[in-house]
Amino acid sequence: MNTLHDDAVLAQHNLTRDEYALIVKLIGREPNLTELGIFSAMWSEHCSYKSSKVFLKDLPTKASNVVQGPGENAGIIDIGDGQVIVFKIESHNHPSFIEPFQGAATGVGGILRDIFTMGARPVALMDSLRFGPLDNPRNRSIMEGVVSGISSYGNSIGVPTIGGEVYFDECYSLNPLVNVFCLGLAEKDKIFYAKTEAPGNAILYVGAKTGRDGIHGASMASQEFGEDTEAKRPNVQVGDPFKEKLLVEACLEVMERRIIIGIQDMGAAGLTCSTTEMPAKSGNGVEIDLDLVPQREKGMTPYEILLSESQERMLIAARPDQVPAVKAAFAKWDLDAVEIGKVTDGGRLKCRFHGEIVVDVPVTAVVDLCPAYQRPWKEPVTPARRAAAIAIPLPTNYTDILRRLLSSPTIANKEWVYRQYDHMVQTNTALLPGGGAAVLRIRGSKKGLAMTLDGNGRYAGLDPRTGGKAAVAEACRNLACVGARPIGVTNCLNFGNPEKPEVMGQFKAAVEGLSEGCRAFGIAVTGGNVSFYNETEGLAIDPTPVLGIVGLVEDIDRIVTPGFKGAGDTVILLGDNAEDFGGTEYLEVIGGTNDGPPPDIDLDREIAVQETLLQAITEGLVRSANDPSEGGLAVCAAECAFHSPEKIGCDLAFDEDLRPDAVLFGESQARILLTVRPENARRVLDIAETRGVPARAVGTTGGAALRIRVGGKLLVDLPVAEAYRLWMDAIPNYFAATKSST
Amino acid sequence: MKFGVVVFPGSNCDADAYHAFKDALGQPTTYLWHKDHDLQGVDCVVLPGGFSYGDYLRSGAIARFSPLMQEVREFAGKGGLVLGICNGFQVLLELNLLPGAMLRNKRLKFLCQYVTIRVENDRTPFTRKGTKDQILRIPIAHFDGNWYAPPDTLKEVEDNGQVIFRYCDPEGRLTPESNVNGSLNSIAGLSNKNGNVMGMMPHPERAVESILGSEDGLVVLRSLLEKIS
Repeated sequence: MNTLHDDAVLAQHNLTRDEYALIVKLIGREPNLTELGIFSAMWSEHCSYKSSKVFLKDLPTKASNVVQGPGENAGIIDIGDGQVIVFKIESHNHPSFIEPFQGAATGVGGILRDIFTMGARPVALMDSLRFGPLDNPRNRSIMEGVVSGISSYGNSIGVPTIGGEVYFDECYSLNPLVNVFCLGLAEKDKIFYAKTEAPGNAILYVGAKTGRDGIHGASMASQEFGEDTEAKRPNVQVGDPFKEKLLVEACLEVMERRIIIGIQDMGAAGLTCSTTEMPAKSGNGVEIDLDLVPQREKGMTPYEILLSESQERMLIAARPDQVPAVKAAFAKWDLDAVEIGKVTDGGRLKCRFHGEIVVDVPVTAVVDLCPAYQRPWKEPVTPARRAAAIAIPLPTNYTDILRRLLSSPTIANKEWVYRQYDHMVQTNTALLPGGGAAVLRIRGSKKGLAMTLDGNGRYAGLDPRTGGKAAVAEACRNLACVGARPIGVTNCLNFGNPEKPEVMGQFKAAVEGLSEGCRAFGIAVTGGNVSFYNETEGLAIDPTPVLGIVGLVEDIDRIVTPGFKGAGDTVILLGDNAEDFGGTEYLEVIGGTNDGPPPDIDLDREIAVQETLLQAITEGLVRSANDPSEGGLAVCAAECAFHSPEKIGCDLAFDEDLRPDAVLFGESQARILLTVRPENARRVLDIAETRGVPARAVGTTGGAALRIRVGGKLLVDLPVAEAYRLWMDAIPNYFAATKSST
Repeated sequence: MKFGVVVFPGSNCDADAYHAFKDALGQPTTYLWHKDHDLQGVDCVVLPGGFSYGDYLRSGAIARFSPLMQEVREFAGKGGLVLGICNGFQVLLELNLLPGAMLRNKRLKFLCQYVTIRVENDRTPFTRKGTKDQILRIPIAHFDGNWYAPPDTLKEVEDNGQVIFRYCDPEGRLTPESNVNGSLNSIAGLSNKNGNVMGMMPHPERAVESILGSEDGLVVLRSLLEKIS
């Protein structure tokens, strides 16, 4: 009989009776409370992916350039010349809702550790953020906290935050999303993994001391713990970017000198995770003395020490003869490196506390044997074709709708956000934030790295499969617009409660969609993160798959930007317009019901359009490029004007037999608006024709207004200066209104 | 000419400064470790940007106690060239090698952006290559760059020609909008009375290559190579 822990204790540990029975079978006896805590943490959804892994198997994870796919701290892609990129995205949604500043800050700290633990110096951060509408003061306060948290951590540690995205929608009011991406650069022969290798190697604890913050299952009745245990603190982890900066330098130094064997950060599940995963990968065990673990507070129990999620800590395995040099290297940076145990034979984690063995479990049981669930799922109901389009009356004033779109926070300029991030430190940022993909030069070469985060929860909410595909298509399109070809993918899948068949169905469909997209582009997913349970008070978020895609730029001097480069250039549209209204920002702004299908994704067309652009860029023809996304062609053209230093306008004309609002504000995919010198227009149209891509000249740049004709009628006529002010001021105005004192 | 870039724990523009002096300026450059008592015979000490010691107390307040600062103080006292950039400027204020103090930016936000600054004094070792009223486009990235001093100090600084740079609009006018952080008299860069120690909030090392968007920072770097006449 399994009697040691009652149902309430199991419930607090999020373990079912069946899971408990499996634990008993695996370790050959009932676990004590500390061991139960270990299983609880490592078998949690967050660590084990038990609900998602059956579906994640569909993701394409192999490609010739993949050095490391999913399963390590981060993915690794070969970029040639002996160099690799190490990158990953991770969510910090829930902590950021509870405590926006520290939640977001520790999200940055966590993802940075995932990168430098593999031997890579972090060179770029990006964030995908989603909040509720800004007219609600609570949403403003969450946004303010999240942005300053990211700013505080990233700026201090000196890694530039070079891009990202910010969306606003009611569904994120009680479930803000904070997805943080980090990319590092390493030499291919200097990658480090989480491993312990031979028995007898030393286990060293480095970095910050362990406190009672972030303990999983810390709501346990306090009488179960030691008498001197203080009342439980709030479970908010607090970040210390200064400590992490020292940790980065010290860790990179011992890796560069190759005086360690393996290394892993202590993120979720803290010491438990690192002391089980590292030996599991090498087929060893680990024996540690918990009394030697540096502690911030007195009277901590084994349970607390093992499950604390205190930040800025790493675990290192080193040969005994390497230990003095490791300690000296950390001492140089005023950091402790404490030998807390040894690598052992036999594959068990043993923990000693006050001389007694308090934990003795097989590491593989903890790390690899968590059951995987095929949870019940229901195929999502996707909207019938064109339903929404029929319901919307034609607008009377198109210019005014463009004004409203430019003032919509989702579309408006995000300088209020990125000006708070140091996006230039490390002096590699070749393309500043604000205009699509971010670009870094790679020092010492002609190459560059472009990167972007993309996802559209509204599309995925209407049709998760299309939403998944759309995220891939748009991310690759953003890369193409600067002249980069995609080389690797990381994903952050934000969903509601997976125990609900509808949510599981959304998840399954979205993963299938993004798998299909990645396969079409020939790119592999090298890792990422699944965030379930984004539900508050019964309200779930729209399914929000966010993709981080990295692209390679062959010649950094050839990168293209969205801004018009001068008057008199020819504007060319690649791709076709259609009556796509579902999930559009246009419907949102005019208060329409957002129930139509999202824009279709034709992956073949998408690739052909992007290849056309890339070839034109390679031939040196393209002066500017931008893709219509939220707000459609009208907003796309406006952005090109805003990004030109002289704020050059344009005159465009479209003649197809479509609703004018669809032409101006519809969000059909696989389109790119580019400019060329007039003499080069023919060549670009020829390239498009060869590739079977519809393309046409739609106007010229020049003047001080955005003028767009549809079907011969001038429907949009707006001075660029006025449009620019609306676009620039929209977000600051929300915050200025609440701070009239400054 | 040999340059030394000081590394405090928490410095994060040390490598940027190193690259700028070594690669963009083409001069021998070395790192100087904060715990040492050795300036390694450099001709110019650079205190780089960053968050020395995390800047949890007050920007630069702890870094002033670093062992190496003793040598930096003596070096400056003997007329040696010292350039403080951003956090380095804050450290120079804390060391009392420059007058005044930094407050939080006027809108209480970290600011990372290009600004335009006007050369106020072109007769210093840091601006010899520039001309008075020349406008430079150089980025800033700081939370505490709102320079402040009591009225008599301000007057002295102005009267002595110690103001090296002021924030201005692209046409060179001093406007409230262009004074992004709220500094007194729009001061962006400041020297000591002798003119051998300068602090500036904008980052010249971030504007030394066209790929980064500006090469105007080279005006400051190249000035340091000019022979003193």
